[in-house]
Amino acid sequence: MKTVVENVTCTFCGCLCDDIIVEVEDNRISRVRRACANGRGIFLDYDPTPKKPTVAGREVEWEDAVAAAAKILVRADSPLIYGLSSSACEAQRKAIELADLLGAIVDTTSSVCHGPTGLAMQAVGEPTATLGEVRNRADLLIFWGCNPVASHLRHFERYSLNAEGALVPNGRRDRTMVVFDVRPTATAKVADQFFQVLPDSDFEVLTALRALAQGKEIESDSVGGIPLGRLRDLTERMKACRFGVFFMGMGLTMSRARDINVRELFALTAQLNEFTRFIVMPMRGHGNVAGADQVLTWQSGYPFAVSYARGYPQYGPGEFSAVDVLVRGEADAALILASDPVAHFPHAAAMQLKRIPTIVIDPVVNLTADTAQVFFPTCCYGVDAEGVSYRMDNVPIRLRGVLPTVRPTDESVLDAIIEAVKRC
Amino acid sequence: MLGILNGKVYDPSNGVDAQVRDVWVRDGRIVSPQDVDRERAEIIDASGLVVMAGGVDVHSHVVGSKVNAARKFRPEDHYGNTRERTALTRSGSGFTVPSTFLTGYLYAEMGYTTVMEAATAPLVAKHTHEELEDTPMLDMGAFITMGNNHFIMECIRDGLMEKARDYVAWLLNATKGYAIKIVNPGGVENWKWRRNVSELDDEVIGFGVTPRQIVTTLAQIAEELGLPHPIHVHGINLGRSTSARTTIETMATIEGRRAHFCHLQFLSYGKQAGTLHSSEAAKVAAMVNANPNLTVDVGQIVFGEATTMTSDGPLQYGIHMQTGNKWMNDDIENETGGGIVPIRYSRNNAINAVMWRTGLELALLIDNPWQVLLTTDHPNAGPFIHYPQVIKLLMDRGYRSAMFERLNPRGRKGALLPELHREYSLCDIAVVTRAGPARVLGLKHKGHLGVGADADITVYADLDDKEEMFARPRYVVKEGVVVVVDGALVRVRRGKTLYVAPAYDTRIEADIREHFRKNYTISIDNFSVHADHFPHREMVCCR
Amino acid sequence: MSENFILVTGRTVKQASGLHKGKHTDTYRRAVTVVEMNPEDMARLGIAEGRLVRLHTSTGQVEAPVHAGALPPKMVFIPMGPVANKLVGPETDGTGMPSFKGLTVEVEPA
Repeated sequence: MKTVVENVTCTFCGCLCDDIIVEVEDNRISRVRRACANGRGIFLDYDPTPKKPTVAGREVEWEDAVAAAAKILVRADSPLIYGLSSSACEAQRKAIELADLLGAIVDTTSSVCHGPTGLAMQAVGEPTATLGEVRNRADLLIFWGCNPVASHLRHFERYSLNAEGALVPNGRRDRTMVVFDVRPTATAKVADQFFQVLPDSDFEVLTALRALAQGKEIESDSVGGIPLGRLRDLTERMKACRFGVFFMGMGLTMSRARDINVRELFALTAQLNEFTRFIVMPMRGHGNVAGADQVLTWQSGYPFAVSYARGYPQYGPGEFSAVDVLVRGEADAALILASDPVAHFPHAAAMQLKRIPTIVIDPVVNLTADTAQVFFPTCCYGVDAEGVSYRMDNVPIRLRGVLPTVRPTDESVLDAIIEAVKRC
Repeated sequence: MLGILNGKVYDPSNGVDAQVRDVWVRDGRIVSPQDVDRERAEIIDASGLVVMAGGVDVHSHVVGSKVNAARKFRPEDHYGNTRERTALTRSGSGFTVPSTFLTGYLYAEMGYTTVMEAATAPLVAKHTHEELEDTPMLDMGAFITMGNNHFIMECIRDGLMEKARDYVAWLLNATKGYAIKIVNPGGVENWKWRRNVSELDDEVIGFGVTPRQIVTTLAQIAEELGLPHPIHVHGINLGRSTSARTTIETMATIEGRRAHFCHLQFLSYGKQAGTLHSSEAAKVAAMVNANPNLTVDVGQIVFGEATTMTSDGPLQYGIHMQTGNKWMNDDIENETGGGIVPIRYSRNNAINAVMWRTGLELALLIDNPWQVLLTTDHPNAGPFIHYPQVIKLLMDRGYRSAMFERLNPRGRKGALLPELHREYSLCDIAVVTRAGPARVLGLKHKGHLGVGADADITVYADLDDKEEMFARPRYVVKEGVVVVVDGALVRVRRGKTLYVAPAYDTRIEADIREHFRKNYTISIDNFSVHADHFPHREMVCCR
Repeated sequence: MSENFILVTGRTVKQASGLHKGKHTDTYRRAVTVVEMNPEDMARLGIAEGRLVRLHTSTGQVEAPVHAGALPPKMVFIPMGPVANKLVGPETDGTGMPSFKGLTVEVEPA
């Protein structure tokens, strides 16, 4: 018997496309329409079968795994809770409650992704908008240090380059696309203008654009490998557009000046509002990393790198961020929720995770789970559990479950761990 | 069961003014003495103490997308303003933008039991409801911003008033909101073209409708739907010298229908020689006095740190350009917009001095306390924890003049305030901080201590220093349970989300579906807030 | 004879599949164990398409097959993942963010 579920939300990336159509037969997903390759993978590659948690590699009952996890956390002097970004808000709330209870450090994948973006926003602000404003109004799109063709596969079609909107009825034809990157990516290839920046020169280029926008003279004839004339032309184009949008990504947050790069871009965006309307949109990577920011902020006041060690929240990027905490040996246990730091952290930090007792909560056995002391194979929000996630523009979307929930949710596991910790 | 005995009760809704009475509680409600078994009741001896209903805040920005953006944006607001976790309570941080748990605790410790979130954009209403779940101690509702809504403006343009009404009802149901909020009608849409509005008959770009039409249409709709609270209006020209004039024009244009004008201090300025605005509180107050269908809340400036956050996109950009402070902007597709800019109000700043006295002048010149409610438009004019200071300013003329004397001299020039000798009584305060807000919100079981009311009760020491008195209640009771003793939490309770569910013709859903398909980036089937996702709720009926 | 290159790491569609297909598959391993290089640089270093190249930083060393790509001279691209991360150092310069892009690496044929 086949069921067709419409308006399903894919949780792979910050696009959070909610127009996916999923067909289910005999409690298995048989077909997925409209999703990109990543989205199809989320649904089609998912294994919903019951699984048991493991402790020290051996299968155990759920209560025993919970007890083992609670013991590790309670014994630790400085536990680290990390990840959160591919789980729903319901579970994120529990993870932070657990951190508050333990006096733990809690950090999200933001610290290795758009953490610097958050720092920039805290320094100079962020003029932004929801994706519908982009689709309906934007005639100039500038992608800086991001590559949506590789990372956010339906972004162009649903929200930006190719999408048709109220004031942009002809989609692509009504828009100008500009790309700034250090290499000619697949995204650069579809741009009207590509600016190839010398590595680690984004800051200089952005400063130059800010100066040009203010009508100042620049003495060099090129900045960051880009001829000044091209930057001048772009400045005029930016000032004259109807509604301009910068999309930014890891090219700015991960290269040398990190948050200071982003600060320049955000300040430039604000400045351009003296001439026209201009906004900036960080290309949030994971499906609910925006939600992790939101939940941690409303509960603690800060979006990532939070320590509860003193009994109240403290904010410390660089101090309480997971990579730093691990590398300095300042965590003696870790709970990893919905992320894979062993795959994605620098080697030294990944190795430390293998040395301290770790608890992993994830639908899939990832690289971090390989060396975990306790592993909880949970179900997947958006596939076989409901929940809320936040899109890259901070619009909250409810996730449906298209399959019956068989394995426990991240939320229920965390809840059980909280109760067990309270009893210890 | 609970008995609060021998206290001096102020219950203006029921004509009780400083009478020594007992208040009896059972099953979360106020009951008559016969319904309580005195042997088994917990007794609070309130001899010599003042007893009022729990405070009701008619306008505060405490939960949701904009507030959380402000929290994230202002870590500096939180440093040094922290709360440690206890066996009962979660930890938290923040001063002008406290984290959610802390917000609930702070309000409760100050004797407030009901708070209305002043602005929620429909597209992100789920965010508001999630934060409401994490804000303890308070019954709360959310006002839904509609004054720049595309569907509504199209209906107005096409003269389809019934369609607009059905849409508004649908929207309130879909967002589980409490009331219609209007912010700079037409101006926020024009900001998306880098423009604004400055007169009631200016055109909204792309729609050909006017702010006047938006306000009158929504005022009419609020009445036709029988909503418990009338339209809640943040008018055009906030902060400008034309604001008093257009405020009065806006009040006139609704022609006797009910309306609530919020943080009116910010919209009561005029022009005078020189660069400083004048306070036109007298003119605005006269208009309010002549129109019993109107209520306002003050939005009183409190000197110190504040965070401006409104849906008024162009206003917020203007504040950024004026102060040079960092600026957040968020335009919400098809609906509204907004921004956030930190600010500091200083006695030494002449403009801030004028703003400060404008609010007080309004409060002292509007005759009927039922029409002028106490707020600081938290956190725009100041943080809510300073309400006790505002109470003292209203009650104590000496304190008021002492503060006035310390203002920038240019900001004092030509001021009306020194001539206003009125002092609010405790009964007046009970009106402006609980009875009045509950009445204008249509919350029949709040703001009073009559039989059948929700047992939300605050007991204060009767102190000469009113700021101290109101800052630290002796007892706070929420739904019949003692939650605060001597200004400290002793029990944590969840509150309820209050919402309305007006009826509408479901045939409109086809049109709305088409509107979503064309204009939104989210499916209509993923838009609505479902009641089962937040179990602690209470529907308030429409008339 | 090694040369200094700038290393950029980042997303690819193939690497992303590790999230749902799992990271223990050969597909994933192949997706993250590859170095993209400008063909002129390849020629100068004498490395043919698909042959192994060795990259080395103070943090660590990896070997991976090289693949011609659209890159400026003296830049290499490795998809984000455990292979790239063997080269990425632990410093975050007080920001929490390691240097995933713009790292200097020594490159030579393996």
